[in-house]
Amino acid sequence: MPVEVITGNHAAGYALSVAGEANRTARGVACGIYPITPQTEIVEYVARFPFSKGRVVPVESEHSAMAVSMGASMSGARAFTASSANGLAYMAENIMVTGYYRLPIVMVAVNRTLGPPWNIWADQGDTLMLRDFAWLQFYCENNQEVLDTTLLAFRLAEDRRVLLPVLTCMDAFIVSHTQTETALPEQDKVDRFLPDLDLPHRMHYDEARTLGGLAWPHEELSMRLEIDEAMKRVPDVYQECRKSFTEIFGRDPGDLIQTFATDDAELVLVTSGTMATTAREVVRQRRAAGEKIGLVKLKMYRPFPEAVLRDACQSATRVAVLDRNYAAGSGGIFWQDTRAAFQGHRDDVLIQNYLTGLCGGDVTPAVIDDILADLTSRSEAGNPVWMGIETGEKTRQ
Amino acid sequence: MTATATIHQSEQCLLRPGNTNCGGCGMSVGLTMLGRALAEAGDTCTLVIPACCGIVTAGAFPTTSYGVPTIATTFASSPAVASGVETIRNLNDEPGHVICWAGDGGTYDIGLATLSAAAERNENIIYICYDNEIYGNTGGQRSSATPAGARTSTTPQGKAENKKDIMSIMAAHRIPYAATLSIAHPDDFAHKISTALSIEGMRFLLLHSPCPTGWKSEPEDSVKLVRLAVSSGLFPLYEVYDGVTYRVNVEPDGTDPAEYFLRQRRFDDEEIDLNATRRDCSDRTQRLQALATQYPPD
Repeated sequence: MPVEVITGNHAAGYALSVAGEANRTARGVACGIYPITPQTEIVEYVARFPFSKGRVVPVESEHSAMAVSMGASMSGARAFTASSANGLAYMAENIMVTGYYRLPIVMVAVNRTLGPPWNIWADQGDTLMLRDFAWLQFYCENNQEVLDTTLLAFRLAEDRRVLLPVLTCMDAFIVSHTQTETALPEQDKVDRFLPDLDLPHRMHYDEARTLGGLAWPHEELSMRLEIDEAMKRVPDVYQECRKSFTEIFGRDPGDLIQTFATDDAELVLVTSGTMATTAREVVRQRRAAGEKIGLVKLKMYRPFPEAVLRDACQSATRVAVLDRNYAAGSGGIFWQDTRAAFQGHRDDVLIQNYLTGLCGGDVTPAVIDDILADLTSRSEAGNPVWMGIETGEKTRQ
Repeated sequence: MTATATIHQSEQCLLRPGNTNCGGCGMSVGLTMLGRALAEAGDTCTLVIPACCGIVTAGAFPTTSYGVPTIATTFASSPAVASGVETIRNLNDEPGHVICWAGDGGTYDIGLATLSAAAERNENIIYICYDNEIYGNTGGQRSSATPAGARTSTTPQGKAENKKDIMSIMAAHRIPYAATLSIAHPDDFAHKISTALSIEGMRFLLLHSPCPTGWKSEPEDSVKLVRLAVSSGLFPLYEVYDGVTYRVNVEPDGTDPAEYFLRQRRFDDEEIDLNATRRDCSDRTQRLQALATQYPPD
């Protein structure tokens, strides 16, 4: 498997393209594309790819980019796109429709701060705004994980037990524009990993089927329940996909949540994306100094892996949830879900939220040290703590 | 998860009997005429329909009033979804046409950017706008297709602005074919569908679609009203090829447009400036005739 020094965007563009190409023996591939910083290089890569049976449609908006991909997917083709920030907000209506249509579209999102004011740097608020749209969401830490997760996303999305779209996310610039060594799987291996797409509810030109007309409340209710059941099957199907991926590509694409030194940890940091890389290093050093501290990286956010997260924190008395996102009027979004996961199961754990790296701020080892200092000094959990505020003291209860 | 009635198109008409559309609905007659023209040509289609009366027509899951495959899209998205559907149809060498069936709200207003982009890309789709000059499905609000003077629930005093000239906008995209349709002229309707079916690329058809509910007119007057619109020059029947050459299909005969307005209670008889309307009709007719004379199709 060739290893190249490429950016996260290049890795994503490559994964989307070879996945699309792999469906050339079935109904082909098509997608709508539209540029927005910092994901533009992804759609540029896709636009250059010489598909054997496919078409890339450069459209006039993100909203239409997803619409073209929906039309292709409804027709049984493999479909995908990519976007960021305000582009995702503009696309939102069709993102929601894709989920409720159960279309196995894969989208790569480069997490960028929602404007205004204008800001192109990393913040997860854009994809987390879409958390309730019946999409699976994965947050990646580095270029290889972006590539692997994007490929795996197609297999997972298209599995008949799932049939839901997947969002693969990476931090703006820190991953999207940073070049690292990345193994690029050959097309024939991708062909083996991704079987021909056979979408059970696709349109047929000679069948009078209406997709998406009116439904009565009790009908639609059962469709929502089917989504819930599919979501619950995701963890098991993911492990099957992961096993097959490892066999074919000789590399583990990683678990749904990834733990480091959690076995007897009293303090656990719950993180995601590139924050995990930094936090892991801090944890490694502190472990060497004898501190009982561990780390959980949440790779999968939707469906939220409640049970495995609780298991990973079994010995913990204090948990810090690091959120590179903020739900106005509430707090960090990973924190909300983490608290819900513990409630009624582990009410003894002190769960404290730290808002860090928002709007593109750097999450350095010093920031992690500050968080740990705060966490250990607490007698109880309080309001979310804003890190990196320069004008005054940290807001805390 | 979807309506799954599987019936081969040849056994069914495009719009099945038993749908719940309003009496006098021009869109329903238009769908029937479209179905007939397709059957005549031995052709099939997939309908791509945004939010509008056209998708409500399908009825409730798990049944459908459409005898052809039909996709509901978001309000602004039908030409983009159709681009995806047509792409995959083409890549798999399948028969049939991809037809967008959209109201004036989805065409003139919220979907205009999407439609313009699909036209600019010259997508191989047929786009039919049934123009009832109102947001009918939501109970009758103004759109940019509503004519000046018409009272709607959001222009209770009558709309101050003129109707948007969507045909000129579409012709300016230099698409292969653009034409107007009237349910009062079924032969012309059928001929234009057949012409559209024979052409590749983006085809835009504008159907003047009476809406008794919104127009506050009698259902039995629907055909009469749109016939008056054609003969007076309010809604001329014409074709534009490649955005360049013009053909007028039914010459306006100088019929006074007054009756068109008097038979619809959306217009306030006191407020409508009939002389200005007559001048508009005559100007429109002359301009089209001049274009047709100067730039006739080959």
